[in-house]
Amino acid sequence: MEEIYKELAAIVGERYVSNQPEEKFIYSRDPGTMEPSDPDFVVMPNSTEEVQQILLLANRKSLPVVPMGGGLVLSGLTRPLKGGIVVDMKRMNRIIEVNEKSRYAIVEAGTSQGMLQAYLKKHHPNLKHSVPDAPPIATVGGNVLIHGSGHLSHAAGFHSEMLNGMEVVLPTGEIARLGSCSTSPYWFSRAPLPDLVGLFLGWAGTTGIATKLAIKLFPNRALNDVAVFVVEDAELAPDIIHRITGVGLAEDVTAWMTPKPDWAEGFVHININYSADSKDELAWKKNLLRAPLKKYMDEKIGGFMMLPAPMKKPFLEAPASQLTRFADTRKGGGFEYVGAIMPVALFPRAHQVGLEIAERCGTTYSTGARILGAGHCMMFFYAYPFNRADASDVKRAQVALEETNRAALEMGGIPWKAEAPAQKEIIKRMDENTFDLMNRIRGILDPNRIMNPGNWEAD
Amino acid sequence: MEHSEILHRCFRCGYCKFPSNYIDLNCPSYLNARFETYSPGGRMWLLRAWLQGEIKTSPRFAEILYSCAACGNCVEHCVFPKFKDDLLNAFIAGREELVTTGAVPPAVRDYFKSIHLHGNPYKAPEADRGKWAEGLGLEPYSGHEYLLYIGCVGSFDERGQNMARSVAGLLSNLGISFGILGREEFCDGNDVRAMGERGLFEHIARMNIRKYQDLGVKKIVTLSPHAYHAFKNEYPGLGGNFEALHYSQLLAPVIRKAPFKRSEGPTRVTFHDPCYLGRHNKEYRAPRKILTAAPGVQLKEMERSENDALCCGGGGGNMFTDILGGGPDSPARVRVREAARTGAQVLAVACPGCSRMLSDAVAAESLQEVLEVVDLAEFVNRRLAFH
Repeated sequence: MEEIYKELAAIVGERYVSNQPEEKFIYSRDPGTMEPSDPDFVVMPNSTEEVQQILLLANRKSLPVVPMGGGLVLSGLTRPLKGGIVVDMKRMNRIIEVNEKSRYAIVEAGTSQGMLQAYLKKHHPNLKHSVPDAPPIATVGGNVLIHGSGHLSHAAGFHSEMLNGMEVVLPTGEIARLGSCSTSPYWFSRAPLPDLVGLFLGWAGTTGIATKLAIKLFPNRALNDVAVFVVEDAELAPDIIHRITGVGLAEDVTAWMTPKPDWAEGFVHININYSADSKDELAWKKNLLRAPLKKYMDEKIGGFMMLPAPMKKPFLEAPASQLTRFADTRKGGGFEYVGAIMPVALFPRAHQVGLEIAERCGTTYSTGARILGAGHCMMFFYAYPFNRADASDVKRAQVALEETNRAALEMGGIPWKAEAPAQKEIIKRMDENTFDLMNRIRGILDPNRIMNPGNWEAD
Repeated sequence: MEHSEILHRCFRCGYCKFPSNYIDLNCPSYLNARFETYSPGGRMWLLRAWLQGEIKTSPRFAEILYSCAACGNCVEHCVFPKFKDDLLNAFIAGREELVTTGAVPPAVRDYFKSIHLHGNPYKAPEADRGKWAEGLGLEPYSGHEYLLYIGCVGSFDERGQNMARSVAGLLSNLGISFGILGREEFCDGNDVRAMGERGLFEHIARMNIRKYQDLGVKKIVTLSPHAYHAFKNEYPGLGGNFEALHYSQLLAPVIRKAPFKRSEGPTRVTFHDPCYLGRHNKEYRAPRKILTAAPGVQLKEMERSENDALCCGGGGGNMFTDILGGGPDSPARVRVREAARTGAQVLAVACPGCSRMLSDAVAAESLQEVLEVVDLAEFVNRRLAFH
């Protein structure tokens, strides 16, 4: 192992490699509930070529490699389940290019959401990217690769759908460019070429390491506003969402259900975020977005919340720091959630399942959804806070998460960024030929099976 | 360990790594080291693991704890209001535990030894403490309105001495009643406290308090924001109730009356907020008021200023121990590059520690031709008619 340490130090520099107990401890876990698993080394490359050298070394030594961005996935995907090298990508955080007219940005994979957001605000104030509600140190690359979503997901879908192309280092060390950048100096699109990007999306780092990405940017309008529609009957949520998304003017549509504060208990709240370049345009959009819900207001079934400016502020914040604060609910520094991707029509059932599991597990419910595309599907989440200092409380959350993952699958949803055990549950339900194809692809790309082993594997 | 009850409540979300606009990394030790372990969240989790026996005391662990510059960026930007105020206190408490177990890094041990043996971290004879004032004709403190407290950096570091002379000269010229202690002055102990030697700090503080009380001191004006912080926030708990001011706070209300020369052309200036004046004590206006009082000054704010300022990396004892480390990503070098990007000709400072750290960084970045590090008083002195 000493020899490997020296070789890694020769690649990235001694100050950016560690095999010390302190780094092994921190990089063995994430803030969620999954059990820790120690790496042998942590390295922080500064270039695509260094990533390449690390992978070539790992192949020679048959060492597992686990790429890591912000380390905030919460479901333990960056834990090195079989040891090996954790590759912390956050030194590769350069913003390489912003193409104003074609509205895309090329960034290194370790670029944080926060730094891209700040860079655009300063240098290209008329552009923005879709910001996830993860903390700002979450990386652009990590969030795209796990099929994340964010504040423009009603307008443009999953963050992986906003990906124009990428540069990857294959497990065997070759550097490949995917999308238009494979053929052109411009990173404008994945079409019209065969779409190889999918070989790296949703694979939990088992097929290679992304080093650069081009993502779509969108107009950043001067005025932002939010309206919150409230209804008691969750059965009505699919129709309400259908009506809102049918207007096609919102940027983000999210739902939230929680018994705290007291006034929120028993209601479904649907946030509609929209923006405009002028007050007139904002008023026009507001009226258009309210119009299809008139039926429910006339029947006194639902209505828009009165929202004074201080109450709007957290709903307009991107990322929403109040979601992070949920971790202190039990004064215990932890929460994890199941985010299940499913059709919007399943909303009422998904919500009911959340209530039942929370009751069984002795916790308060905290559920919600982000609508993806024009209501094409949603990420329905079930969040469970836990007290990190109380092993039984952590266990309670783990049980609730496992139960929720199974329930999501049973109702026809699919857990997002699933923990390794949940991946196995997905595989059990997956078409056999599909899983066989996944394994054949992995066999070709990663013949020595060094990439994040323990993930996307059957029992 | 004090504050151990909050360690598990850290989610390690990383808001603490940034300023409020997310423009760049703003935790000095994380910026330089980049391992998660060197971030505030990493430190919280490691401290908990250490107390629970999951990791052992080691040189690496001690280095991680002592690489914190005590700048308070984490306290400022943590999103958990119920325990954020004690983040830095927890790190200092962790250092106190290391002191108790005798496991501090050699450079920290040497710092404490030097304070014990010499009374200052420079291993200089205490008899030299008042040399900075030689030839200035300053009066020893004797019933003046203010005691001008200089501190170790101002007394022994060359740049600090220049700064002390500038401040004392300016106060004299403005007719402010003050006296100094000269060789009778002693270390204020703020960095001793931040480095976890609580017992030594309390001993120093009590000694100083007794001395000041015997002299009838009511008001203290300090050269260093570190001393200001100690006198204002730490000494009262030990019975030392003095009205403490940083020299910028004393100057700001009277600076407009100063006899400034006519402007010889515009001067572009940027100001580096010292952590112990800014984030720790929320004083952002006074230094800016002084700078903009001078004719022809164009104040150019850095991307990270006031409560978002990037620390120079010298706090928490790091100016002396250098545990945080150097290199292109060292906070001082990052900071002077940021200052140069504003187009400023002058990087104004209000702390002798910052002055030393940033001057060295200007040289390391070869920016001497475009950026001069100047303290507030010297900046004003150069522009006064009677200077």
